[in-house]
Amino acid sequence: MVTGADFPQLASAVEEAGESQIDVWDLARNVIARDKVYYHGHPVAAVAAVSNEVAQAALGKIRVDYEPLPPVMSLDAAIKDGAPVLHDDQFTQGLEETPKQPSNVATVIRLGQGDLQSGFADAAVVVEREFTTPTVHQGYIEPHAVVADCRENDRATLWCCTQGPFVVRTLTTKVLGWDVSRLKVVPSEIGGGFGGKTTVYLEPLAVMLSRKADRPVKMVMSRDEVFRASGPTSASRIRIKMGADADGRLIAAEADLKYEAGAFKGSPIMPGCMCVFVSYQIPNIGITGYDIVVNKPKVAAYRAPGAPMAAFATESVIDEIARRLEMDPIELRLKNAVHEGVRAIYGPKFPAIGFVQTLEAARAHPHYSAPLGPNQGRGVAAGFWFNVGMSSTATINVQEDGTATVITASPDIGGSRASMALIAAEELGIDYERVNALVGDTESAGYCDVTGGSRTTFATGMAVIQAARGLVDQLKARAAKKWGVDLELVEWRDGAAVPLDGGTQGELAPLSFTELARSAAHTGGPLSSSASLTAQGAGAGFGVHLCDVEIDPETGKVDVVRYTAIQDAGKAVHRSYVEGQLQGGAVQGIGWALNEEYVYDDAGVMQNAGFLDYRMPVALDLPMIDTAIVEVPNPSHPYGVRGVGETPIVPPLAAVGNAVFDATQVRFCDLPLSPSRVFEGLSG
Amino acid sequence: MQPFEYLAPTTLAEARELLKTPASGETRILAGGTDLIVQMRGGARQPARVLDIKWLPESQRLQLDTDAIYIGAGVPAAVLCEHPELRTEYPGVVEAIELIGSMQVQGRATAVGNLCNASPAADSVPALFAAGAAARVVGAAGERWVPVEDIPTGPGKTSLAADEFVIELKLPRMPARAADAYQRFTPRAEMDIAVVGVGICLSLDNAGLVTAARAAICAVAPTVLLAPEVAEVLVGTRCDAAVLEEAGARASAMGNPLTDKRGTSTFRRHIAGVLTQRVAGVAYQRASQPGVAA
Ligand SMILES: Cc1cc2nc3c(=O)[nH]c(=O)nc-3n(C[C@H](O)[C@H](O)[C@H](O)COP(=O)(O)OP(=O)(O)OC[C@H]3O[C@@H](n4cnc5c(N)ncnc54)[C@H](O)[C@@H]3O)c2cc1C
Repeated sequence: MVTGADFPQLASAVEEAGESQIDVWDLARNVIARDKVYYHGHPVAAVAAVSNEVAQAALGKIRVDYEPLPPVMSLDAAIKDGAPVLHDDQFTQGLEETPKQPSNVATVIRLGQGDLQSGFADAAVVVEREFTTPTVHQGYIEPHAVVADCRENDRATLWCCTQGPFVVRTLTTKVLGWDVSRLKVVPSEIGGGFGGKTTVYLEPLAVMLSRKADRPVKMVMSRDEVFRASGPTSASRIRIKMGADADGRLIAAEADLKYEAGAFKGSPIMPGCMCVFVSYQIPNIGITGYDIVVNKPKVAAYRAPGAPMAAFATESVIDEIARRLEMDPIELRLKNAVHEGVRAIYGPKFPAIGFVQTLEAARAHPHYSAPLGPNQGRGVAAGFWFNVGMSSTATINVQEDGTATVITASPDIGGSRASMALIAAEELGIDYERVNALVGDTESAGYCDVTGGSRTTFATGMAVIQAARGLVDQLKARAAKKWGVDLELVEWRDGAAVPLDGGTQGELAPLSFTELARSAAHTGGPLSSSASLTAQGAGAGFGVHLCDVEIDPETGKVDVVRYTAIQDAGKAVHRSYVEGQLQGGAVQGIGWALNEEYVYDDAGVMQNAGFLDYRMPVALDLPMIDTAIVEVPNPSHPYGVRGVGETPIVPPLAAVGNAVFDATQVRFCDLPLSPSRVFEGLSG
Repeated sequence: MQPFEYLAPTTLAEARELLKTPASGETRILAGGTDLIVQMRGGARQPARVLDIKWLPESQRLQLDTDAIYIGAGVPAAVLCEHPELRTEYPGVVEAIELIGSMQVQGRATAVGNLCNASPAADSVPALFAAGAAARVVGAAGERWVPVEDIPTGPGKTSLAADEFVIELKLPRMPARAADAYQRFTPRAEMDIAVVGVGICLSLDNAGLVTAARAAICAVAPTVLLAPEVAEVLVGTRCDAAVLEEAGARASAMGNPLTDKRGTSTFRRHIAGVLTQRVAGVAYQRASQPGVAA
C-alpha cells in the first residue's frame, strides 16, 4: 500500500507539460492527497494485491479520518465573500499588488487595446450577455491504464496509454523525485485522449507500488474513476459586451471570463482570453480573465483548451448583432475577419491565414442556402485555434528489402502514423505501402513532445520531412559513389537516383531506392537518417460550422439534423483523417452544447459518473457530419500544413445555440441545452 | 466482483430443490444478466448464489396459443423483437422491448428481467402492465399466476419470496380492433434511461369507440404505475384532441416524480402528459387499422 507519505515533498515549480503548464507540487498532491483531500475522487491510498478482489477487500479495510469541510462547487461559491479558501497559501497573482489574504482566485489576467468607452459610445448596436458552460469531460473511450515494473533496483519501466511518453517520464519522475533516466516509458496503443492524457494520475502510484511489492503492478481506472478523478475541462462564466457600427463593423468588445481550475490553479484561462476576440479586427478591446479553484478534479487539457467556451460567448453575441442589423451572419463576420498582416490581440501579426476563405466556403456551401422545415433553425459559428510547434524527432531506417521504417515518439491518436508514412513516401518517392511508421518509447526513440496542440502532422511531420531529405542526400551520395561521379550530377527523382545528362552519365541506368537499400553495406553501411527540431510557425486554424436543428416544442428536445464543418487545413496530408478530426471535434462540441455536464450533489459528490447519465451523443443522435476542407498553405511548413485537431471543437457550442435561437427566437445562454432547459426557456 | 456460487438447474424440480437449500447470503436469479452482472460488478448486489434460469426448458418457450401468448423468462429481447406475429399483435410491447439498451444488450436482456429488476424507469414494464400480462411464479412451495403490476414493489424490490422466481409471462390474445403502443422520452436516441415512459392498450368497437383501455406510466413514482384514471378517460371516446388533453392532464398529475440528474419533477409531469397524448393517439390509430404491423 502507498499513501502520500511515501512520496517526497516538493517545492512549487512550474513545468511545461504538453500544451499546458503544471506546478509539480500541485501535480504531486493531485496524484495522491497529503494532508488535505480536495475533491471527491481525490486518491488517498493505493493498494496492490494478487487480484482485483483482494485489492478491493483491502481498500475496504482502510480507515481514513476525515474532518469534513464545506465544499466549494461553483465559480460563484468560490468568489463570494467569506467563501471557504481551498489553499491558504494561494494569493491572487496578476493584480497590481499581491493581496495579503489568500483567495480562491489564483490569477487575474488583463489584455486590451484602444479605448473601450469611446468605442462603445460610437456603436450603433451594443449587445451584452452572460454565458455559462458546465464542467465537461473529454470522454475518451479508453480509461487511464498503466503497468509499472520496478523490480530492477531504482529503475522502472512504465507501459501506459498517453499522448506523450516523454511528458509522462518528466512528470512521473518529478513526483517520485527521480532523475528522468531512471524511468523508461513505453506508450501503448491509445483509445483517445483529446488532451486528457497529457498528464499523469496512476503512473507514479504504480511505480511506487511495484517498487514496494517487487512485482509488476497494473492499474486501470474504472469509468467512474475517470470521471471523478481525471481532469475534465473548466466550467465557465463569461460576460461579454460587443458593439458594432451601423455597417456591421465591430468597434468595441469587452469580456470578463471566469474559468474553474478544479482543485489546483491552472485553468485554460489564458488561451480563453487570447481567443475570445481573436478572429475579428476590433480596435477597442478589454479582456479580464480569472483562474479560480473549486473542489472538483483538477482540469486537464481538452481539445483547444479554453477556446470553445469563449467562442460560445463571442459567436452568440455576433449572431445577435447580425440579427439586430438584419445582416447575414457570414457577411458580418467577413466584414470583420482577421487576415494576413493584421496584428493578433496576443501579439504577433498573422501570416497567411484562411479565415476569410473559410467563411466564403461556408457561404457558398449548399447547406447554407438549403430550405429549412418546420421547427427547424440554422446556426453559424466560427472558431480559432493557435496550434503549436514544439519539439520532435524522427528517424528513418532503410531495410535491405527496400522498405523504410519511420520511428517517432508521437503516439498515434488520429492516424498520425499514416500521415508520417505518407510524408516519408512522398519525400523518398516510394510507395506508401513500403513505409512502416512506428511509435517508439523514451529509450529507443528521440525526444518528442506530446501528441497535442494539433502539432503532430505539422511538427513531427516536419521532422520526418527533414529526416527523409537527409536520407535522400545519403542515397544520392551512394549512387554518386557507385557511379564514380560528382554528387552534383546525381538527382533524386521518382524514388531513384538519376544521373544528370552530360558526358558518360547518359549511359548509366538510374539506381532505385530498393537497389540502393540492398547494396547499402557495400556503399558505406546501413542507411539511416534522423532529424530533430523545435518547429516554428505553427499556422493558426480557422473553422466555420453550419448547424441545422429541429426542436420538439412540446418536449424541448433539440435534434441536430444537418451539420457541416468547414476548415482551413493548410494542406490535408491524409484527407479522410482530416475529415475525421473535423467530424470528431464537431461531435464533441455538439455533446457539450446539448447534454453533457457534471452533476454534483450538495456534498460535492458527482451524481452522473458514467456514460449512462453523462450524456455524450451516440451515433443515432447525429446526422452524418459533412466536411469541407479549405487549403490556404501555412507559409512556415514545406507542404503548407496547419494543425487541424482542435479548431473543430470551437464553433459547435455557438453553432448549436445560434440554430436553436433561429428555430425558437429564444437566446439560451446557459449550456447544456438539455430538453428540460429548452422546454423551460420556451415556456418563458 | 465478490466470489459467488453459480447454479444452472435444467429442470424446474431441480431449481425448486436448490432454492430450498439454505445459502450463506442472498440468492439472485440470473436471466440475461444485463442488470444483475452490472450491479454485481459495481458492488450494488453481492449475492452468495446466482441461479441461472436459462437452462430451464420452460424459460425458452415463446408460444402463441389460442388462449394466450407465453413468453419464457429466458427469451432474449432480440428474439421477441424479430417475432413477426408478436410484433403484429403487440406492437407496443415489442416497441418497448426494442428500446432496451442496444442491439448487443438485446441479445441477452429479457422482459422478465426488466420486470424483476423493478426499476421505476423500466421500459417494457408499462407496456406489459397495459397489456394485462401475468407472471407465472414458481417457488419452493408451488406455483401461481400473478398480475405483472403486483410484482414490483419499490426500486429494486419485488413481491417475490426469496425462494420464488418467474418462469414465464402470459399475454392475453389481442382482440380484433385492439392495439397497444409505448413511447418513452430520453435526451438521447438510445442507451438512455426514460425520463418518463407511457404504455397504453386500447380495444375499439365497430363504431370506433374505445371499449376497454389500460395505461401505465414509468419514472414518475418508485414503481411503474398502472394508470386507471388515465384509461377511464379514454373509454367510450374516439380519442379526439379534447379527450387526449384530459388524459394527458391526468397523467401529469400522477405519481410523485423526482427532481434528479434525469429531469426535474415539473418537467417529468409535463412529459408524462405529452407522451400520454401521443401514445393514446398511436394506439387508437393502430387499433382502427388492425393487422398493420408496427
Ligand atoms: C447498456 C445498457 C443499457 C440498458 N438500457 C435499458 C433501457 O433502455 N431500458 C430499460 O428498461 N433497461 C435498460 N437496461 C437494463 C436491462 O438491460 C433491462 O432491465 C433488462 O431487461 C434486464 O433483463 P435481464 O434478463 O438482463 O435481467 P438480469 O440482469 O438477469 O436480471 C435483472 C434482475 O431481475 C432478477 N430476475 C431476472 N430474471 C428473473 C426471474 N425470472 N425471476 C425473478 N427474478 C429475476 C435478477 O435477479 C435481477 O435482480 C440497460 C442495461 C444496460 C447494461
